[in-house]
Amino acid sequence: MTLIKTKIGRRSFIRTSTLASGGLVLGFNWLASCKNKTEEEILAMPKEWFEMNSYLKIGDNGVVTITTPNPEFGQNIRTSMPMIVAEELGVDWKNVIVEQAPYHAEKYGMQFTGGSRGIMTRWEPLRMAGASARHVLIAAAAQAWQVPANEITTEDGMLYHKATEKSAGYGEMASAAAQITIPEDITLKDVKDFKIIGTSHKNVDAKSIITGEPMFGMDYQKEGMLIAMIVHPPAFGMTLKSMDAEAAKAMSGIKDVVAIKSFKDDYEKGGFDVNAFPEIVAVVGNSTWEVLQAKKKLNVEWQPFDSYTETINGFRGKQTRNVPSGLESSNSHEAKMAELAAKPGKIVRTDGNPKAAFKNAAKIIERSYSAPFLAHNCMEPLNAFAHVEGDKAQIAAPVQIPSLILPTLASSLGISAENIAMEMPRMGGGFGRKAYAHYVVEAAMISQKVKAPVKLVYTREDDMTNGIYRPSYHATYRAALDENNNLTALHVKAGGVPESPLFANRFPAGAIDNYMAEEWAIDSNITIGAFRAPRSNFMAGAEQSFLDEIAEASGKDPIQFRLDLLNRAKENPVGERNDYDAERYAGVLELLREKSDWSATPTNINRGISAYFCHNSYAAHVLDIRMDDGKPVVEKVVCAIDCGIVVNPDAAINMAEGAITDGIGNAFFGELPFIDGMPQKTNFHEYQMIRINDAPKEIEVHFVENEIPPTGMGEPPFPPIFGAVANALYKATGQRHYQQPFVTEKQIVG
Amino acid sequence: MAKFNLNINGKERELDVDPTTPMLWVLRDHIKLVGTKYGCGIAQCGACTVHLDGNAVRSCQLPISSVGDKEITTIEGLSEKGDHPVQQAWLEVDVPQCGYCQAGQIMTASALLEKNPNPSDEEIETAMNGNICRCGTYTRIKKAVKIAANSINA
Repeated sequence: MTLIKTKIGRRSFIRTSTLASGGLVLGFNWLASCKNKTEEEILAMPKEWFEMNSYLKIGDNGVVTITTPNPEFGQNIRTSMPMIVAEELGVDWKNVIVEQAPYHAEKYGMQFTGGSRGIMTRWEPLRMAGASARHVLIAAAAQAWQVPANEITTEDGMLYHKATEKSAGYGEMASAAAQITIPEDITLKDVKDFKIIGTSHKNVDAKSIITGEPMFGMDYQKEGMLIAMIVHPPAFGMTLKSMDAEAAKAMSGIKDVVAIKSFKDDYEKGGFDVNAFPEIVAVVGNSTWEVLQAKKKLNVEWQPFDSYTETINGFRGKQTRNVPSGLESSNSHEAKMAELAAKPGKIVRTDGNPKAAFKNAAKIIERSYSAPFLAHNCMEPLNAFAHVEGDKAQIAAPVQIPSLILPTLASSLGISAENIAMEMPRMGGGFGRKAYAHYVVEAAMISQKVKAPVKLVYTREDDMTNGIYRPSYHATYRAALDENNNLTALHVKAGGVPESPLFANRFPAGAIDNYMAEEWAIDSNITIGAFRAPRSNFMAGAEQSFLDEIAEASGKDPIQFRLDLLNRAKENPVGERNDYDAERYAGVLELLREKSDWSATPTNINRGISAYFCHNSYAAHVLDIRMDDGKPVVEKVVCAIDCGIVVNPDAAINMAEGAITDGIGNAFFGELPFIDGMPQKTNFHEYQMIRINDAPKEIEVHFVENEIPPTGMGEPPFPPIFGAVANALYKATGQRHYQQPFVTEKQIVG
Repeated sequence: MAKFNLNINGKERELDVDPTTPMLWVLRDHIKLVGTKYGCGIAQCGACTVHLDGNAVRSCQLPISSVGDKEITTIEGLSEKGDHPVQQAWLEVDVPQCGYCQAGQIMTASALLEKNPNPSDEEIETAMNGNICRCGTYTRIKKAVKIAANSINA
């Protein structure tokens, strides 16, 4: 048993609800946000609910409502988070209804989706919510039955006292339990006693999804709601000069055309207040089709903006960002990156004497890797509902980090943050893009200007050409080998437009006596942001491709080569700060070697192996490619992950399958090139996404079994797939692949 | 503006809209059936797939004026209780992640099985290739289509 203090979560245990649950903003009714709403279950609704804490209500008939605090974007936390509460409460999952919380920081703390931190950060508070409710239910039964509380047991929503043969359902004790004070300390279950956690439970929203119920931000409706769409500059580095909206305003169904400046000039931006275009135009009308037609009639003149410097006050403290003027192109980015890669960078870490080791090397291998900008391309384009009335605002929008856009909204609207209510509808994908919620500010400012409820909808083209991309990156690796082909030194120098992807303290740092890491960056006015496993999504591919080449040059098996390095890092680590646990890292490789039957490569199959640590978890893949008439076909991917306790295994497997498929797609095809500031791909006819025919024919996912509290799951399996693809392609084609995307005419040689 | 009488999910609907309006926006903005999704507007992603007389079509490229008296079926009308064999298979395999593309996937799959109740892997890939899933649920989609085919043939 684990005894923990309830204090750390007491702020989220406020009993009195200041906001009506679920129905804060109209649009999605309460039942629609519940799972399984068959007629029988609606009839089985309790007459009265008793609130145990902010996460839990118990009905007089034993039905339990669990409020899930974080926004959902496909990682299935709307199922797995309530599972954690239900586990500690000791209730039958069949009697659980899941309800989405509105944004309410005082009750729910940091409500966000990103950095694979959801389950990790909620693990203890959600267990506490369930355990403390179970505690007061037991206390209520002890009082009612006049027996000691420690003699009462619970199972599947029932309370039992064996000696007196008394029993009662949670519903019967809920009223009395709601009056009992939550204690200072609470006992949590032993991991080995888990009944719900660790057992696969189906997505609570699956039925709503497959029947087309309104649930996404894009589906939001409100009486009198207008549709707004944006018109933005065709190129990065430009802003609004002037517009003539007469023809557009005269179109059928058009209400207004307004210019929008999302951020006030003197507003101190946070790290997620990113917006490529200082001023844009919005067309507002009755229906989407009418607004789309009017957009075409708008005459707008754009002009280049001057370079500027701004201070960003983000997670890493105050930082200066230089935004150059000019219209940038991928060709000039590549030339500049090659130039900086050849110069000394900023040294971030040095172990031993790398200079001497390279001087004394019998052999030096040097390779450079690069990757282009990527667009997130969530299937649900950016959108936001806003209704600003006087000094109050209602927002319902797909947003990953509502707390960070709230102060910006308050500043831009000139109203108090307390007067802004935010609903968090399901997101049709996020992948980092919906952490940058400038579109919510735009929607709210449009609503304020036109004095009506407004849904802002980006077209696919608006979404793809609006910035916040995965940066373009470059990395050069050098390895020194002695006369026995032992690795004696490693040097990595990485940079990008406009940020460096380097993680200086990750593997293989710590495993090599002589090590040096350097970085550099190139300013740009093309806006960038988090993209599933930021920076890792490039570094893993570069590093794991390079290690594959070094293993080959050393004449070692690629898995054994990595295990030998990890053994060194475990037994006698180099340097004081290594971010990974060498034993857990080796654990996934060993599990993968076993499950992939590594030593027995099937006929006509070319295998690539890759592993990586990020977001506190470890993931490794063996990827099998078969060449079919010069075209690579991914026959199978075997994946091993150590993310600690797996709350909902099948949902985690689904996420890993998605990360693998997404990674293959981006490694094969993903790129967004620029000419004169203009993105050269605007929709899916140009931007190649992975489709079903290129997806792996089979995926197998295995988890390391342990009792470590859960760590990241959504991101960790994504970065290493780039290395697995590159290493399998080498086996298949005889050529190493250094530039992403890999499957282009210039790179694939059958 | 022009008046249209449409047959959507077995119900008659009378509308007065611009005749060039694509069915996608007629459904979403005018009839408030939002299960059919906007993804690209150029028939490249399949999120807006509906059935027109049983054939899978991209509603973003289907002007209301071209529908006539053909029957339109959307995800909301595929079955009364969400129990079409394809929907049931989707639940059994627990296909969705974010879920945004899945209505389109299900409409494409159900139209495929209507014409070819026993498709090969290759035929499934060919039929489903127009539907993008950004979350990457393709392996589950393929599995679910096969399960649905088996249940239809059982």
